Amino acid sequence: MIQTIAFYMFAVLMIASAVMVITARNPVHSVLWLILAFFNAAGLMVLVGAEFIAMLLVIVYVGAVAVLFLFVVMMLDIDVAAMRAGFMKNAPLGLVIALILLAELVLGIGAYRVGAIELGTPMASDAPAMVESNTAAIGALLYSKYIFLFEIAGIILLVAMIGAIVLTHRPSKSKRGQQDIGKQNRRRPEEATVMKQPTVGEGVEL
Amino acid sequence: MTELFQSLGMSYEWAWAIATIAGILLIALPLMLAVAMIIYVDRKIWAAINLRRGPNVVGPFGLLQSFADGLKVFLQETIIPSAANKGIFILAPIVTFTVALMAWAVIPFDAGAVLADINVGLLYIFAISSLSVYGVIMAGWASNSKYPFFSAMRASAQMISYEVSIGFIMVGVILYAGSFNLTEIVLAQKGHGLGIVNAYAFNILLFPIFVMFFISALAETQRVPFDLTEAESELVAGYQTEYSSMSFALFWLGEYANILLMCALMTILFFGGWLPPLDIDLIPWFDIPGIVWFFGKMFIFFFMFSWVMATVPRYRYDQLMRLGWKVFLPLSLFFVVLISGWLMATGHYGAAA
Repeated sequence: MIQTIAFYMFAVLMIASAVMVITARNPVHSVLWLILAFFNAAGLMVLVGAEFIAMLLVIVYVGAVAVLFLFVVMMLDIDVAAMRAGFMKNAPLGLVIALILLAELVLGIGAYRVGAIELGTPMASDAPAMVESNTAAIGALLYSKYIFLFEIAGIILLVAMIGAIVLTHRPSKSKRGQQDIGKQNRRRPEEATVMKQPTVGEGVEL
Repeated sequence: MTELFQSLGMSYEWAWAIATIAGILLIALPLMLAVAMIIYVDRKIWAAINLRRGPNVVGPFGLLQSFADGLKVFLQETIIPSAANKGIFILAPIVTFTVALMAWAVIPFDAGAVLADINVGLLYIFAISSLSVYGVIMAGWASNSKYPFFSAMRASAQMISYEVSIGFIMVGVILYAGSFNLTEIVLAQKGHGLGIVNAYAFNILLFPIFVMFFISALAETQRVPFDLTEAESELVAGYQTEYSSMSFALFWLGEYANILLMCALMTILFFGGWLPPLDIDLIPWFDIPGIVWFFGKMFIFFFMFSWVMATVPRYRYDQLMRLGWKVFLPLSLFFVVLISGWLMATGHYGAAA
């Protein structure tokens, strides 16, 4: 009963906010609706018992990716009217993509209704140990059966990270404006300040 | 509590729903009272260090000062700037306050005294604390004013930066405890140090990351050495410049609820939660209820927060970023490697063994 109410609440809110993402006139509002949609998706995952994935969804997408989206959208001065000008020109292309997605959905649901995929029985040492929490289950599977895929994904991410740094890094042009943090930390009050005790009637001579 | 409502003749589901709502109220209402009192404590400590008296007029010893402030703020007019983005402008303080309350759902105050004893408790707290950025960004952007916007940019960059090192520090504790569940993390600390000390902080590998956690918590909650978001000399009053009345008060309450949450987290992760400090019955302190130990430890950490606030000057922004990315991130990553290496070497690798 409560699960049903929660499911329909999350599902309706998620679909409604997904619709608002594409209909909202202000791009910042769009991103905020997108965040609400992510959040409701996490709620749905909690309902089916995948709490680890749900938390990762919130941490990664809501906590990091969407913040970057929000930054970009806030900083750019987007003219919505200019973006909508090419609507009729691009409409056929959009329609084709929508049709392809629809066909894939129909195929996917059809294939799902035929039955589960047989991936072959795992070998004795690869079989995941039965553990109670799904965090431990995911860990056991990732670090035994899928260890190579996991490592490759890690290396791809590392390469992407280094690539992003290389692409955006600009060597500083002038010596001025560069700060030497070690020099700043080594600086002591004795070398930065001078104590003067001027006598009455005379100013300070530096 | 579910059983109590079931015994009143309700079905399990309704009893659960009502018990949960009662539990939420039981945590949220005392929390707001605690925030009001802790603001008073903060001002008193700050005043004592500055050799002032602090609030001492309203009520005995000025104890009711926060309530007087609350009443004053409540009676003020809510002003919404005409150029502001109205919906988001109103939503921002609500988001800040709600998110600050949400994380308390998984905090164990005593053995079994927790609203939601979920397996991924620490991940939940991490997820919720990453949400608190939104209240700030939304407030800064919706105000449609340049200083709040600068402040929101600073705040969100700062919070995201320090969240990374907080994440790695949490990993260190998780590796030792072998669980994300906060109750299990507390119980894993029982007799951790030499068989008698109930705390991770006395472990020589975990003490450095406790210090890093404390400093990162200061940065995450925008407390004084890192309060660049409300640097008065540069940014008027930060992202809440345009806010008045209750919407301002909600930011204030949310900020202090977050500080209390960080104190609770330090207590749970490094100082044995509701357990007494030593696991031996020297004086009859096993008779003291766990919740007293918990609040006592939280109060000590809050005192440290106030102490820092009264003694150190503000950081420069580039130094703040340098500390986060160039000092804490490599150090915490190094400690993750060190701790997991030590645990592997001594054969403490949990479930797989």
